[in-house]
Amino acid sequence: MVIDQIKKINQVGSEIVKNEEASNMLIGKWVKCDNCKEILYKEEVHENLNVCPNCGKHFRISSRRRIAQIVDEGTFEEMNSDMPIKDPLHFEGYVKKIQALQEKTKLKEAVQTGIGEIYGEKAILAVMDGNFMMGSMGSVVGEKITYAIEEATKQRLPIIIFCVSGGARMQEGIISLMQMAKTTQAFMKLNKAGLLSVCVLTDPTTGGVTASFASLGDIILAEPKALIGFAGPRVIEQTVKQKLPEGFQSSEFLLEHGFIDKIVERKDMKKVLYQILKLHHSTENK
Amino acid sequence: MSNQLKAWDRVLKAREAQRPKASDYIENLIDDFMELHGDRNYGDDKAFICGIGYLEGIPVTVIAQQKGKTTKENMERNFGMPNPEGYRKAIRLMKQAEKFGRPIITIIDTPGAYPGMGAEERGQGEAIARSMFEMSQLKTPIIAVVIGEGSSGGALAICIADKIYMLENAVYSILSPEGFASILYKDSSKCKEAAENMKLTSYDLKELGIIDEIIKEPKKGIENDFEKVVHQLRQKILQDIAEIEKMKPTEMLEKRYEKYRQIGNTFD
Repeated sequence: MVIDQIKKINQVGSEIVKNEEASNMLIGKWVKCDNCKEILYKEEVHENLNVCPNCGKHFRISSRRRIAQIVDEGTFEEMNSDMPIKDPLHFEGYVKKIQALQEKTKLKEAVQTGIGEIYGEKAILAVMDGNFMMGSMGSVVGEKITYAIEEATKQRLPIIIFCVSGGARMQEGIISLMQMAKTTQAFMKLNKAGLLSVCVLTDPTTGGVTASFASLGDIILAEPKALIGFAGPRVIEQTVKQKLPEGFQSSEFLLEHGFIDKIVERKDMKKVLYQILKLHHSTENK
Repeated sequence: MSNQLKAWDRVLKAREAQRPKASDYIENLIDDFMELHGDRNYGDDKAFICGIGYLEGIPVTVIAQQKGKTTKENMERNFGMPNPEGYRKAIRLMKQAEKFGRPIITIIDTPGAYPGMGAEERGQGEAIARSMFEMSQLKTPIIAVVIGEGSSGGALAICIADKIYMLENAVYSILSPEGFASILYKDSSKCKEAAENMKLTSYDLKELGIIDEIIKEPKKGIENDFEKVVHQLRQKILQDIAEIEKMKPTEMLEKRYEKYRQIGNTFD
């Protein structure tokens, strides 16, 4: 398929260039799938919801794209879009790093929260973003997610959380750790109010996020082949002094071990979420 | 004077082998202690000692993380690093405490939850999350005491409480200073520097509002005058239980919620 097109391009003129060099030359329009190594036309990947058309690998996507893929157009109203940066440890370079990332990603933090509709079904959404410090949870991320959960409880709406995170944010130390407790207890209140929570785990979901709200949804979905776990693979390998088997801590592994409900491909995600929301609709707003 | 100790010195003190362990606290604090075993699902995690007994005549449930004093005991206890079944044993017995209206005392001393293959297969993240989830709404007083090393989610998992004490030379942090240094400074040998910056001492955490009270340690070393520490702790816990039990359960839970709700909002 695409690789054949590349080969043709490579043979233009008399010199035959190696594929890898060609891919470097064509950077900008082409990307290489890090899973199947196929050279892909960027626009095609984009149109395919950032899933490799060749092997089905789900590439990481921004919170903005995620929202566009899931929420009905024009219905998303963002909450707390601009919370002040906090630097409790006065960690050297941290504020600058955040500011640079804000500039680069045009995001304020590693999660966007708001209210929106999915085929007309209203829900509160929290969508994490891996481009912002690997989706790590510091005080702002914790606060936004907690607020979103509390808002769902107050408005008697379901909540959907798209998770992608390297875990608690180290630069805010113990304050980051405490966000696990804060988000979790808010989740418990929502639970006690009889409201629905759905967590969607995407690549990667690890550390303090796995060990808090991500593991506590009434229904837990995951994208195919996402890395999901508490400890990172490198830490485990160093501890047990052996190489982890292929697929260890993948979505498929978690499904087999009973920790998630269902693996859902990106193209079906909106439909599946709608189905879940619709079935629970009568239990909300009571 | 001990207020002047460097953070790294406290890390070392918190980890000392001769430092009293959870079993010493149980032995000195609790009468007629009976250990209860197992999570009713998979196994019995020896990194946790859980059970029932009396605190000055009041029936209580104790949930404690246990490091070993000797290499042999440490091997048995997995160096105080729990597996998921440890947290699930804790959850089971905390719910039991709620059923019978017993206050819960949790004792925290762990280098972190065990990052092993089996732990991942059995849902380490879920077990920690579930423990915090359940504790946040348990209708019985919960008192937590950080006695040595309180590291990462593995410690926090049993630290959702109405009152949190910390021994003066204990440490409580997002992860070990070595781990912090290797992630943020790309050099684990910078752990001393990391410890200073992490705000992990009892004094730092009191200031940040993460813990409620510091239990002072005797100048001649906690292991040399342990009775004094236990006496202080006993009096304080008894007073707390009496105070918390005066509240309506809804008020107790609301206060517990607010405690964690405010963390992170109190500094700037």
